[in-house]
Amino acid sequence: MRTAIRLSFGVLALTTLAACGSGGGAATPSGSAAAPGKIAVAASDTECKVAASEVTAGTTTFSITNGGSKVTEFYVYAPGDRVMAELENIVPGLTRELIAELPAGAYETVCKPGMIGKGIRNALKVTGEHKALNEDAKLAEAVAGYKRYIKAQSDTLLVKTQEFVDAVKAEKVDKAKELYPVARTYWERIEPVAEIFGNLDPAIDAREADLADGEEWTGFHKIEKDLWIKKDVSKDGPIADKLITDVKTIVDKANAAQLTPLNLANGAKELLDEVATGKITGEEDIWSHTDLWDFDANLEGSKAAVQALRPVLEERAPDLVRTLDQKFAAAEAALDAHQKGDGWQLHNELSKAELKTLSDAINALAEPISKIAPAITK
Amino acid sequence: MSDSRGARMSRRGLFGLGAAGAAVVGAGVVASNTLLDEAPVAHAASISDPFPFYGEHQAGVVTPAQDRLHFVAFDVITKNRAELVELLQEWTAAAARLTQGKEAGSFGAVGGAPEAAPDDTGEALGLPASGLTLTIGFGASLFDERFGLAGKRPAALADLPKFPGEQLIPEISGGDICVQACAHDPQVAVHAIRNLARIGFGKVSVRWSQLGFGCTSSTSRAQATPRNLMGFKDGTNNLKLEDAELLRDQLWASAQDGSAWMAGGTYMVTRKIRMAIETWDRTSLAEQEQIFGRNKGEGAPLGKQAEFDAVDFAAKGADGQPHIKADAHVRLAHPSNNSNAHLLRRGYNFVDGSDGLGRLDAGLFFIAYQRDPRKQFVPVQMKLAKNDALNEYIKHVSSGLFACPPGVRDAGDYWGRTLFE
Repeated sequence: MRTAIRLSFGVLALTTLAACGSGGGAATPSGSAAAPGKIAVAASDTECKVAASEVTAGTTTFSITNGGSKVTEFYVYAPGDRVMAELENIVPGLTRELIAELPAGAYETVCKPGMIGKGIRNALKVTGEHKALNEDAKLAEAVAGYKRYIKAQSDTLLVKTQEFVDAVKAEKVDKAKELYPVARTYWERIEPVAEIFGNLDPAIDAREADLADGEEWTGFHKIEKDLWIKKDVSKDGPIADKLITDVKTIVDKANAAQLTPLNLANGAKELLDEVATGKITGEEDIWSHTDLWDFDANLEGSKAAVQALRPVLEERAPDLVRTLDQKFAAAEAALDAHQKGDGWQLHNELSKAELKTLSDAINALAEPISKIAPAITK
Repeated sequence: MSDSRGARMSRRGLFGLGAAGAAVVGAGVVASNTLLDEAPVAHAASISDPFPFYGEHQAGVVTPAQDRLHFVAFDVITKNRAELVELLQEWTAAAARLTQGKEAGSFGAVGGAPEAAPDDTGEALGLPASGLTLTIGFGASLFDERFGLAGKRPAALADLPKFPGEQLIPEISGGDICVQACAHDPQVAVHAIRNLARIGFGKVSVRWSQLGFGCTSSTSRAQATPRNLMGFKDGTNNLKLEDAELLRDQLWASAQDGSAWMAGGTYMVTRKIRMAIETWDRTSLAEQEQIFGRNKGEGAPLGKQAEFDAVDFAAKGADGQPHIKADAHVRLAHPSNNSNAHLLRRGYNFVDGSDGLGRLDAGLFFIAYQRDPRKQFVPVQMKLAKNDALNEYIKHVSSGLFACPPGVRDAGDYWGRTLFE
C-alpha cells in the first residue's frame, strides 16, 4: 500500500501545481490588474464579471479577484458541470490565478460566493484548433507514472524471488515458506503486465489444476506444493533456477513494454477479477492458504494503476473518482480486518461469511473500475 | 412469439434509442425513465407481451402466474440510507424497462462504447417481454437501526414462529430485500435478476436465490390448475384475480391496518419445501389421494366428481368414515377450517439437480401473498405443521417474510417511496 500512496501523492502534487499556476496559490495584492494575457474575473457576493466570453483553445489563465465579503470559488465547467478547472478558497480581498486547458467547446465560468449553491454563471465559448495536448500529456504521464511503479515493484520482485529461490535450494523449508507469500506480493501487484508476455506467466504462476495431463509444471505453485504437502524440496533446484530465470526475463520485458492507458485501466480491473475468481475461493494458494497476501497485492496493484490515471479521471469522470476512492477504502477496510502480525490470516481461517464480505467489497469496487476504460477513451 | 406486438416490443427494437440514450447518460434515473415512452399494454394478449409495470399494486401478485421464476433475496450492505434510496430508484427505472422487454440501461448490450462493459448483459436480446413481472419486498431485518426504519416496521411483518418439523437453513432464508421475477421464459427472468444484482453491487449482496418452473397454482380463473411435483393439482381453491371482494379483504393492506406506507401493498411468505420424491413415488395412489384429500386425475375433492366441486368435509363413505380424513391436506388448509383465512399462492416447482445420494433435490418453492400473515399463513401453517399427513414427505428448509410495498404509480415514483419519504 505504501508505494501506491506515495505514487498517488506525487501525482496529486503535480496536479496542484498545474492548477494553481506559477503563483502556486499565493495571493497577489488586492486590486492589482490582471497581467496581460490573463482574463480578469471580478467576483463579488452577487456578481461574477468575466472579462471575456470567448477565448481560443489551449491554455487560458483566469485572474480572479474577490471583491466581496464571502470566501468564493471559481470553476470552469464543461457540460454536465464536469469540472475542467477549479480554484477554491478565494478569500475576500485577494486575487488568485487559475490556469485551465480548454479544448474547443461550450463551457461555463462559475463563481460560488460562500462556496455553496449553483453559483453565478457565465457562458464561455472556446474556439479554434487545439491539439488535446493536455489530455495526451496527462495520459502519457499516467503511463509513465505506472511504469515507474512497475520498475519499483519488479526490482523488489527480483530481490525477493532470489531470496526465496536461495532458501529453496538450501532446503530451508521454514524460511522458504515464510518468503513464498512475500515474493509473490511483488508479482501479484504487476501481474497484468506479466500476462502480456504469453507463455512466461504460466511458467511462473500456473497452478496444478491449470495443467493438462503430461504438461510440465514449473513456477511458484509447484514449489508451494513441495513445501507444504511433500515437505521436501530437495529435487526442486532446477525448478528454482528456472523460476528466477523466468522472472528476470519477464521483468526485463515488462520494463521495456509499451503500455497504453487502456492497459492500465484493464489491468486494474483484471487484478480485481483475479481476486474475485481465485483469491476469494482459495484456489490460488491451495496448499499454503496465503491467498490474502495475493489479495492485498492485487488490490494495491489495481490502486496504483487507477491512481496513475487519476488526473485524467479527475477531469473526465470526477464522480467516478469519488466512487473509486470510497470503494477502495471500503475494500481495504474489509481486508484490514484480517491482518495478522506482519501478514494476513490464512484463507482456511476465514469463515464463509467473512469471505462473502470480502467478495462483496471486491464486487463493489470492480464495477466502477470497469468504467475507467470508457472514461479515458471517450 | 410470432405476433407483431411481441416483435415490436423486443429488445432489438430499442437499438435506435441507443444514441438518444447516450446524450442523457449520467443524468440518472429521471433520464432513463423518460425512455419508457411507449404506453404499456393493458392486457397481455400472448405470452410474449408485457404486463403494465405502473399501477396501484405491484405486478406479479395477482398477475396470471407465469411459467418461470427467478427469486432472489439481498442483504443491504451499504449503511447509507441515501444510497439505498438511490438504488431503489435505479432498480425501479431498470425494472420499468426490463418488464417492457427493454434493456437494463440506456446503452444496452451492444450500444455503448467498445471499451465499456455493456450496461445490459445481453442474454435477452431479441426476446420479447415474455410477461416479465418484478415484485419487490422488504424483510423484517431491513427495519433495524441502520436506515432509521425501525418505527415503520408493520405489525403484520412480525417474525414467523417456529413451526414444528421445519429444518430451516439460515443461509437460504430471510434477507433485507427480495425480488420475485416471473416470466414465461426463464432466460428473461434470469436476465432481469442478474441485471438488478449487478446494478446493486456495493450496495446490496445476494443472500440466496431460487429458480422455479411450472407454476404450481393458477392466480386467474382463465388458467388451468397446474400440478406440483407430487403430481397433484395445486391451488384449486386459490385466491384469484377475479375475486375482487376477497382480494380487498384478504390480500391488499390498507392504511387502517396500521402502516400507512403499506396501503395497496401486501405481505409475501416464501417457503422452500423439499419433497421426498422417491418415497412419495412408491406410495399407493389411494394413500396419495387420502393425504391430499383430492383425487389425482381430476383434482376433485374425495367423494366429488369435478375439480371445482365444493369440498364437503362432513360427507362419509360406505364405511362410515369421512371421505376426507382428519389429517388430509385439503381439510387442514381450507379457509372454512381456518376462520376464512385465504392465501394467494404463487408457488413454483424447483429441481436443483440431485443431492449426491441420487435423490432428486426437488420440491415446491411456495410463495403466498396475504394481507396479514399473523391471521393467514401462520395459523394455517401451524395447523399443517402439527397434523398434515403430507409432512411425512416434505420438509421446509427455507423461509422468508417480506412486506411488498404498493405499486409504482409513474416514472416519478419508485419502489418503496412511501416507506422512505
